[in-house]
Amino acid sequence: MNPVNWILALPAVGFLAVLVWPGRAETARALALGVSLAVFALSLALIPGVWGAGAAWHFVTDVPWIESPAIRYHVAVDGLSLWLVLLTTLLTPVCVLISWRYIDRRVKEFYAFLLLLETGLVGVFVALDLFLFYVFWEVSLVPMYFLIGVWGHERRIYAAVKFFLFTMAGSVLMLGGIIYLYNRSGTFDYSILLEQINSGALMLTPLEQLLLFLAFFVSFAIKVPLFPLHTWLPDAHVEAPSAGSVMLASVMLKMGTYGLVRYCLPLFPNASRQAADWVVTLAIIGIIYGALVSMVQPNMKKLVAYSSVSHLGFVVLGIFTFTQLGMDGAVYQMLNHGVSTGALFILVGYLYERRHSLETAAYGGVATPAPWLAAVFLITSLASVGLPLLNNFVGEFLVLQGAAQVNFRWTILAATGVVLSACYMLWLYQKAFLGETPEAVREHVYDLRPREWAAILPLLVLMVWMGTLTRTFFPPISAASAQVLEQTKVNAEFLVSRPAPPPLIAGVMSDAR
Amino acid sequence: MPASYIPPWEDVLRVLPEVVLTVGGTLAMVLEPLLRPEKKRRLGWLALATLLVALWATAVAHLFAGPAFRAMILVDGFATFFRALVIVVGALAVLCSLNYLERERADSGEYYALVLFSVVGQCLMAASNELIMIFIGLEISSIATYVLAGYLREDVRNNESAIKYFLLGSFATAFLLYGIAWIYGLTGSTDLSEIRRILANPELAPAGALVGVSAALMFVGFAFKVSAAPFQVWTPDVYQGAPAPVAAFMSAGPKAAAFAIFPIVWLSALATMLVGNFAALVQDNLKRLLAYSSIAHAGYVMVAVAAHSEIGTAAAMFYLVAYAFMNVGAFAVVTHFARERERYVNVDDLAGLSQRQPATAALFSLFLLSLIGIPLTGGFFGKFYVFKAALEANLYWLTVIGLLNSALAAYYYLRIIVVMYFHEPGEAASTAPPPAPALQIALWSSAAATLLLGVFPSLVLDFAGKSAALAR
Repeated sequence: MNPVNWILALPAVGFLAVLVWPGRAETARALALGVSLAVFALSLALIPGVWGAGAAWHFVTDVPWIESPAIRYHVAVDGLSLWLVLLTTLLTPVCVLISWRYIDRRVKEFYAFLLLLETGLVGVFVALDLFLFYVFWEVSLVPMYFLIGVWGHERRIYAAVKFFLFTMAGSVLMLGGIIYLYNRSGTFDYSILLEQINSGALMLTPLEQLLLFLAFFVSFAIKVPLFPLHTWLPDAHVEAPSAGSVMLASVMLKMGTYGLVRYCLPLFPNASRQAADWVVTLAIIGIIYGALVSMVQPNMKKLVAYSSVSHLGFVVLGIFTFTQLGMDGAVYQMLNHGVSTGALFILVGYLYERRHSLETAAYGGVATPAPWLAAVFLITSLASVGLPLLNNFVGEFLVLQGAAQVNFRWTILAATGVVLSACYMLWLYQKAFLGETPEAVREHVYDLRPREWAAILPLLVLMVWMGTLTRTFFPPISAASAQVLEQTKVNAEFLVSRPAPPPLIAGVMSDAR
Repeated sequence: MPASYIPPWEDVLRVLPEVVLTVGGTLAMVLEPLLRPEKKRRLGWLALATLLVALWATAVAHLFAGPAFRAMILVDGFATFFRALVIVVGALAVLCSLNYLERERADSGEYYALVLFSVVGQCLMAASNELIMIFIGLEISSIATYVLAGYLREDVRNNESAIKYFLLGSFATAFLLYGIAWIYGLTGSTDLSEIRRILANPELAPAGALVGVSAALMFVGFAFKVSAAPFQVWTPDVYQGAPAPVAAFMSAGPKAAAFAIFPIVWLSALATMLVGNFAALVQDNLKRLLAYSSIAHAGYVMVAVAAHSEIGTAAAMFYLVAYAFMNVGAFAVVTHFARERERYVNVDDLAGLSQRQPATAALFSLFLLSLIGIPLTGGFFGKFYVFKAALEANLYWLTVIGLLNSALAAYYYLRIIVVMYFHEPGEAASTAPPPAPALQIALWSSAAATLLLGVFPSLVLDFAGKSAALAR
């Protein structure tokens, strides 16, 4: 049977099992770890099927769900979603591990929600029916809401509600857009929609395209989050428990950027091109603004949160350059950010477990009692800053190069973000890990334990791997982003007159099926 | 068979649900004085059995679909749909009431008889094809509900609730009757199909202004029933004052029945959504909050009705079913939690319920998520179909405002979840007894229905679509 279905179903079953399984906290932890590892193992089976097989849908399951209106359970994986699915399935067991001691009350519910979240997130990346996509999109909202609200810090309720309402406000508009698209085309199916757009069967007027683009875009931009819709993010991150922050930053934000690449650009090519300048402007503002705010943050989690705003700005910039390099870089950067920022949140969580403070000022000289922790933190910081041979460098470089092909000024402005990121990350490292060791730090801070090593080591390996052996990851990504780019050229002269569908794309599309 | 002659036994079969319910209600009244006080609960089970038989009778009546009693009654898919819906709502309300009444030491046969009679009226309304019949159905249902609203007669709020409902209700009924009189004066008929035929024929149709006035008068009457703006002011006070199970019943039953014959005004839909949601934002009392939310939901249904299409009608029907289950479910939790004399009906009283009674809290959250409209619940598909119908009818602004409204509504529903899950247990949650078996049945069956509608909406939608295509 299709492994994608198992990857979706197993965590959901695990959710119920953890919830109803009688027994103590240990059982819930072990069960969650077992399920999430099994899911990860299953997801590895996706790689050989997709890798090197070109831009096509693999592991397709397409069965009717609801007859009227025709909604199908249509899932598949391609080069774009493959690594995102793997990122999700990798980080879930990691999150189980880092929560082992961190979460000490209502343990069962915590792991249950974590597994439910996994189903929702993977579903978002594999759904190929717009309706199904929306279902997963909303379903993933609920467990995260509980993760922040129940197990978060002091202002958790405010943060959880703000997070829910922001996302909800965006997504209802997307729902309106999806329904409108259905009424125009008679289908929710993504590949049929593309086919209709390619063949000219579905022709949206410029105004329609613009409004639909906005309906989808605002929803995705809130999730990314794009400046100025980012205000929910710092609150959610600071208040969430470690595992919540990791899933939020590493995977959930990617739902937004994935949505932009998967849906906004191919479905509304003209509107996307028209809006590109505006979007890029916002992205660049986000890059610089996020970095500047990070520089003055006394709270470590807030610092990493704002740095996410900055990093995700690169992703959006890359997407809206409409170049192969930019798009490749953007997709790669999604993964990089997932790995390195996820690792940063894990490490900040480790510090919090020891010293019970998120303020940078509460630390200092941590390297003395915990040299390994300091080393790992340094590597992760350098990766996040974009040091060559580590992962972020590759993505940022490609994005900047792609931007340079379109407008060199974009590159200059965006590159300042890289410089600033070096400032805030190294300052943070210096303040927290070097210098005098206060008594409180010496007393509480111990070095990495085996369980903590187990959680962070895979991410460290990935940082180096993704920074050096990029051949492992790029072929599927490039194939997928090339196809997206072709798709955005479909009705490029739409405003003037409607051209015949380019034969090349029609060919690619039929090959794809 | 010639159309003018219908064998009486078929006519009787077509009103079999009403017959069953009336017999059950009367039986409850007769048995009431014969039972010792501690055994009066049995009458509740009798009422429940009656409702189940009536449900079966509805299916039987559907087999003999067609007009009855000189076309005053018309049994078709539409009628069957709403009959089944109001009967199920009645059954759930009875399940919630069993323990409530015992707790309040008010167990008696009248209560169940009144519920049954109210359901009779609603069934009649759903099946009527004639204005006088609609009026009679409405009155049967209303009068029973007026009494139910004030059922705990020693409670001041109950009395206020009943008086308010009665005075405003009678006033609204007068409007309705006046409108019916106008229509009759203009067209010379009270038969719905006949009236439609005359109004559609430009040669026979009376002056537009006059028809408009009569329609407006009738609209006032029905808008009161479904608590559509600007006729919604009674709702919160009455729901707050009325016994919790009665409020559950009122919020779903009479509404569904009145919607079965509701005229269209989209401006009212808009106002209803806005008023309901904005007022609900600031409520602390759970019953008032749910009352305002029910106003908002009436607004969503009206959006579908405003679409004025078969799909819109089917969407409205689906929405009412989904709404009935999630709302009765939510009220069932409130009923359970309130304790005697309804001490704990504030949102804050629920603090920490998830730690004391995880199952109850989880079910309540499910109902609330459904009311918000999160996928995989019936409420989501309800909203989805409603807005789909509205978009197809080119009601763009109404859709956008409706969608934003539903995001706004998330706030006050979330507040309840916040209190249940994110706060430490308070006194009220710690002392809450486990839900009684009857209530458990109501809770779990509502939850099952909510989920079922959220995963396999076709079950209900197909039927709704078919009957909407034939709707009168």
